[in-house]
Amino acid sequence: MADSSDLTRLTIAEARDALRKGDLSARTLAEAHIAAIEAANGALNAFVLPTPEKALAMADAADERLAKARRGRGKGRAKAVDGALGALEGIPIAVKDLFATRAVRTTACSHILDGFVPPYESTVTQNLWDAGAVLLGKLNNDEFAMGSSNETSHFGPVVNPWRREGSDEALVPGGSSGGSAAAVAARLCPGAMATDTGGSIRQPAAFTGTVGLKPTYGRCSRWGIVAFASSLDQAGPIARTVRDAAILLGAMAGHDPKDTTSADVPVPDYEAELGRGIEGLKVGVPKEYRAPGMSAEIEALWRRGIAWLEEAGAEVREVSLPHTRYALPAYYIVAPAEASSNLARYDGVRYGLRVPGSDIVSMYENTRAEGFGAEVKRRVLIGTYVLSAGYYDAYYLKAQRVRTLIKRDFDAAFERVDVLLTPTTPGPAFGIGEKVGDPIAMYLNDIFTVTVNMAGLPGLSVPAGLSGDGLPLGLQLIGKPFDEATVLRAGQVLETAAGPLPEPEAWWTGSPPKGAAGRKRASGRRKSPARGKGARGAKASPKRKASP
Amino acid sequence: MQKTRAKRAKGGADDAEARPRGDIIEGATGPWEVVIGMEVHAQVTSRAKLFSGASTAFGGPPNAHVSLVDAAMPGMLPVINAECVRQAVRTGLGLKAKINLTSVFARKNYFYPDLPQGYQISQYDQPIVGEGEVILDMKDGSTVRVGIERLHLEQDAGKSLHDQHPDYSYVDLNRSGVALMEIVSKPDLRSAEEARAYVTKLRTIMRYLGTCDGNMEQGSLRADINISVRRPGEPLGTRCEVKNVNSIRFIGQAIAYEAQRQVDILEDGGEIEQETRLFDPKSGKTRSMRSKEEAHDYRYFPDPDLLPLELDQAFVDALAAELPELPDEKKARFMSAYGLSAYDAGVLVASRRTADYFEAAVTAPMPLPTGGGEAPGKGKKEKKTGSKTGAKAGGKGKGKAKSAGAGGAKRDAKVVANWVMGDLSMHANAAGCAIADLGIAPERLAGLVDLMAAGTISGKIAKDVLQIMVEEGGDPAEIVKARGLEQMSDTGALEAIVEEIIAANPKQVEQVKTKPKTLGWFVGQVMKATQGKANPGLVNQLLRDRLEVGEG
Repeated sequence: MADSSDLTRLTIAEARDALRKGDLSARTLAEAHIAAIEAANGALNAFVLPTPEKALAMADAADERLAKARRGRGKGRAKAVDGALGALEGIPIAVKDLFATRAVRTTACSHILDGFVPPYESTVTQNLWDAGAVLLGKLNNDEFAMGSSNETSHFGPVVNPWRREGSDEALVPGGSSGGSAAAVAARLCPGAMATDTGGSIRQPAAFTGTVGLKPTYGRCSRWGIVAFASSLDQAGPIARTVRDAAILLGAMAGHDPKDTTSADVPVPDYEAELGRGIEGLKVGVPKEYRAPGMSAEIEALWRRGIAWLEEAGAEVREVSLPHTRYALPAYYIVAPAEASSNLARYDGVRYGLRVPGSDIVSMYENTRAEGFGAEVKRRVLIGTYVLSAGYYDAYYLKAQRVRTLIKRDFDAAFERVDVLLTPTTPGPAFGIGEKVGDPIAMYLNDIFTVTVNMAGLPGLSVPAGLSGDGLPLGLQLIGKPFDEATVLRAGQVLETAAGPLPEPEAWWTGSPPKGAAGRKRASGRRKSPARGKGARGAKASPKRKASP
Repeated sequence: MQKTRAKRAKGGADDAEARPRGDIIEGATGPWEVVIGMEVHAQVTSRAKLFSGASTAFGGPPNAHVSLVDAAMPGMLPVINAECVRQAVRTGLGLKAKINLTSVFARKNYFYPDLPQGYQISQYDQPIVGEGEVILDMKDGSTVRVGIERLHLEQDAGKSLHDQHPDYSYVDLNRSGVALMEIVSKPDLRSAEEARAYVTKLRTIMRYLGTCDGNMEQGSLRADINISVRRPGEPLGTRCEVKNVNSIRFIGQAIAYEAQRQVDILEDGGEIEQETRLFDPKSGKTRSMRSKEEAHDYRYFPDPDLLPLELDQAFVDALAAELPELPDEKKARFMSAYGLSAYDAGVLVASRRTADYFEAAVTAPMPLPTGGGEAPGKGKKEKKTGSKTGAKAGGKGKGKAKSAGAGGAKRDAKVVANWVMGDLSMHANAAGCAIADLGIAPERLAGLVDLMAAGTISGKIAKDVLQIMVEEGGDPAEIVKARGLEQMSDTGALEAIVEEIIAANPKQVEQVKTKPKTLGWFVGQVMKATQGKANPGLVNQLLRDRLEVGEG
């Protein structure tokens, strides 16, 4: 395990098993990732605040717990000792800057939260640390999670590790969790925390060839996550494999009395649910998603996905979600409305940026004018407008009715099928700057994902192939409320069938690691046989330059 | 302003056909009727705030009772305090109101430094409590029914401090997030007196329920007043909302000023502009705060951080079952069980503690007969019945007209009521405390009343004994005994004194034969000679017999 590029190539499942065996220390694993972040971040800008010292301290603590467990195991108390270990003992994780992290600067990548250091920890990240995870740092995102390209961040855009074949053009990683997706794709961390309000996990996952899961609304606590649109926001993981996403979700999820909207429902062992196959699973293909103008490439990808699921024994049938076309406009009423109110607290009075003024009103105006970026202002304006007297019924109320209809569409579909399959995005990653001047074109990125948030359902994006110019594309699985297990199970079937995507060439380090392909990748795996159906083996050969 | 009090129409919001009641302002062009509705903000009695665990204690250094939620830190979420919900439902039940099993919290959006979230969490179109009523007992014996429009829960704001620094204002968030009940009346009030009576009654009901301490100085109870005037029988006029009325006395002042202001404008041919006005307690006037055009657009919408508040009927029923006896019921019971007048019963129930004190005094056990023998019920063993405990345990108990006295002996409730409302009230006012806090146990007041009833002491001596009880404490019977204050009822001894006085005052003896009313002078002499201890009835009788003066 000498080559640190190999260590950054480990999946969470592999690293976990190696750590437990003692083949690997949490410190070594953290160091490998810290080095990768140092080498890459100048080019990718995925991290807004690496926390190497904290990472090493947390890794050392994890190593102690792991060592203690191994000693206990030696004494024949294997079960009890393993049980005492967290699910993520020693696993390095990076966190979107929307999650409050105690004593670690948290800004939502907004100027208005300049220098804000929370004295509290979000429930989701606390769950990770309780499970033994190690914080690598805070990740870039669109300001207040408002964006689909990570270009609205006060810290500047994130650059997608992927480039078009034969091109040096910098592409967006998607957004708003662009930093999370880019960091995972570039192997700066094996998994990342992200949030999804209208597609902010799934779209960047699709753009970066990673796995992104937006859980059911209420599955994970929102406490301590900077709010964008409270009725839509949900935390979820981005990882490189479906199994890793399952492991992360298991650690993040759970009822939280501090969040009234978090659901008091049991959290299954998602990892254990994997690999059970999908024989007889009923998969719906919503006809309304075959939007006119859909690219042939996306359509072909979708067809391939359908075929893969059928080959695995699923029954695929067409379903109708008639109100789909109203989802995006309704979303762009509901989300800004909530945002306009949620962002009212950033007023310069108590924390973050304050730009003085001659009186309180001018202080507000100066602070918010300087503190918020253009996209945030646009949404605050839209939100304020749609909630105004005289417009409320025509916009907000109507959008909420549309939302109810969308939910009903899904309810009806799920009476006939177990899971839905759609493309994640209308196309692959685009160039930085390409769509910033056209908000509507930008918003259209979320056309396949917002419906899921509007209905509060779980949605998973799985890398399923490459575009004609060599960029990753994703397929989305949508599940019944709180049925992430089925979504993940079907997702793993797609993942296996699609085979491993090639890795993006590591242009960002200046000197991409050479000759590492296949050298040591298999060693850990041989020691710990994959729990799945052997499909994991194929996926775990990440270095192979597979052709699409 | 001329006040006329017409007969009150019972149950009348719109009593257009009846003669108008309430304050009628006689203008040059004819009479104007004053129409008043009130929005009362009552702080919910609870240890923690509406959506956070922070303390609601009054006072404390600035920002000592502030949680992360109250300060609206990023990512913080409200969690409803179940106790505040209980209190709101109990208050609703006390107002005989409809409890809405589903209610919704909404955000009221506006910027202010003492509003950290940039919105107040309140309830808008789906409040927790719907329509109810409050019955007012007016001094003239009439009753007025005031409709309650709604009651909803909402957060209080913090406090801006403008006097701490020459250039900056400071903010104290101790109150930020404290639970308030906003209780909105229908425009059923017609006079300043009714408005005062309404707030007083509302406060009494909430104090009975223990849902709001009603302390106006500490801001636990605040009233905004909607005032309009109209020609009797005509539709409602344009109203102005008067804020910052912080005492019951100011309510009267604010209404009187504002109603007259509106009449003056209308009589001059002007129009009332709907606006929010501020009451200035120093001048007793109201002044414009903001016009309708300047009114905030609060952009209410359901708070997405909070699910709709769902209650089940069983929860409401359980609270209803545990509700204490409320003032109206207690008053009715005091009238029927103790034979009190409506006025006396009304005065006593205005404070739950005073009412309880009165009842405890009436129902306290009668003393055991002593060997000395003036105690009533002589010869009969006192039986301890459950009536005392019964009355104490539940205000709801039907109460007993009689004390638990020996064998049917009865303490006169009217006498007890007079003592409570008279001398005790006077002492309490002097001491600036509640009657129940004078330090005189109700059993001891009962003892005092019993001593009088038994003829052991006179009424005059009883007042002196009470004075001693207030100042020094102690049991009335012991005080009387220790100080030798027993009434002299020894005929022989009194006859001797009477003879002495007659012998010494022949002129007066002559006079009384023609002017029987001067008998009082002799009584006075006997009382003087006995330091007030002589039994006045007996002295009277002896003098009449001896001087041959007829009755009356």
